[in-house]
Amino acid sequence: MCGIVGLFLKKDELRPQLGDMLTDMLITMTERGPDSAGIAIYGDETDGMVKITVQSDTPAEAFADLDAAVCAVVDAPVTIKVVDTHAVLTLPEAKAKEAIAVLEDKGLRIMGSGASMEIYKEVGLPKDVAARFGLRAMGGSHGIGHTRMATESAVTTMGAHPFSTADDQCLVHNGSLSNHNQMRRTLAKKGVFTRSENDTEVGAAYISSRIADGATLGEALEGTIEDLDGFFTFVTGTKNGFGVVRDPIACKPAIMAETEDYVAFASEYRAFADLPGIDNARVWEPEPATVYFWER
Amino acid sequence: MTTTLDLATTELREVNTTLQAAAKGKANEDFELTNPRGAHAVAVGLDGPISVTINGSTGYYCAGMNKEATITVKGSTGPGVAENMMSGVVTIEGDASQYAGATGHGGLLNIKGNASSRCGISMKGIDIVVHGNIGHMCAFMAQKGNLVVLGDAGDALGDSLYEARLFVRGSVKSLGADCVEKELRPEHIEILKDLLEKAGADAKPEEFKRYGSSRKLYNFNIDHAGEY
Repeated sequence: MCGIVGLFLKKDELRPQLGDMLTDMLITMTERGPDSAGIAIYGDETDGMVKITVQSDTPAEAFADLDAAVCAVVDAPVTIKVVDTHAVLTLPEAKAKEAIAVLEDKGLRIMGSGASMEIYKEVGLPKDVAARFGLRAMGGSHGIGHTRMATESAVTTMGAHPFSTADDQCLVHNGSLSNHNQMRRTLAKKGVFTRSENDTEVGAAYISSRIADGATLGEALEGTIEDLDGFFTFVTGTKNGFGVVRDPIACKPAIMAETEDYVAFASEYRAFADLPGIDNARVWEPEPATVYFWER
Repeated sequence: MTTTLDLATTELREVNTTLQAAAKGKANEDFELTNPRGAHAVAVGLDGPISVTINGSTGYYCAGMNKEATITVKGSTGPGVAENMMSGVVTIEGDASQYAGATGHGGLLNIKGNASSRCGISMKGIDIVVHGNIGHMCAFMAQKGNLVVLGDAGDALGDSLYEARLFVRGSVKSLGADCVEKELRPEHIEILKDLLEKAGADAKPEEFKRYGSSRKLYNFNIDHAGEY
């Protein structure tokens, strides 16, 4: 069992409240996944710049002068924002690859990168994880979150969701994939590699590789129904969009709500209870093997 | 007299204990529950004639194991509503999630909206009326009772069906193994008329098609191995 939440705002006025709304949704899903929690949030972006989110178990040492160290190698301005065990480095997009290589060399874990996406995930109760990262104060246009009850790989930071396998793309998952090892090998032959043993990361990599091949988000999600075997309710985020798909058996729960202000997704209705205007929202259960997505 | 219990200020366990005691006492009391906020297992295990109105949407297993009580949800319900119901009436004004009315032995489950997958799975005598559509694998291994659907049915309706009767007014995406369309005879018109009236459904019995078991999977037959 796991809990998933997602929120896609239609109005910019609500952007400052995104973190607050998403945090309540996430904490409500604690019983579905008390061992770790994570969130991907699509916030502010600067033209030509990329944000790289990294994690370290020893942040005090690892993040000290990290910006200067990266700056020295990539020869470009680098700024750093440290948030508990995570740090977000902002630097020119053209230097991203070089910077990631430096960061990996230093033993830092890459959570994800992109123009607007930041990823925060840790082991622990969702309320504690949310407090550590100050999720409530974060603003943005859309975000997805996950509370984990592990089945397919160990309870570690790297095993927590969301998984990001391409710039500004991420995935959360409730369920378990049964052909992930086969798919991992298939993707590796194409040069698409995953960082963990986790089944969901393979799902994320599959979607990213389809998008890299020219598929739209909708087409990539359609592909999961044919090419991934197992149980899944997926919620995926891209720079401009937010998508949902369930496997054809659809035994993992899912519910959606839409108002003039937002589209929300959750594993259970109770995650919606505090959303503004929920009593008059259109609330429905997404159909099995049907792709839903919204793009701005 | 109606007693109001607020789930925002009263523990769920206390609410259920209060309802269960009133039901056991055959008090014929009316209860109204406010602020359910998608809570699980609301108004479960009621064993007696009380009336409960839930003002809002509920989560998993609402109205489970109901006996004699009349429960109305003024919202939608999560998975497993009215699971294993014995008797009484459960009405959902919104939609019901998967496996609504599963294994129900008796009573009426009246869903005014849609029901998703596996509605009436392994039903054993319950009557279920769905005013909207139903999802896939509904009435899987259903043994007894009636499932009436005013809208459309999803894939694999009535797979591995026993003696339950399935009535669908709209389209059926596909029938499951051993489920076939059958003649709508006068006795079925009577059953439908009665259930539609009880459910307050605006439909004519003659508009429905009946589906039932072709009884080929009752005993293992090597010629039907592909059907199992």
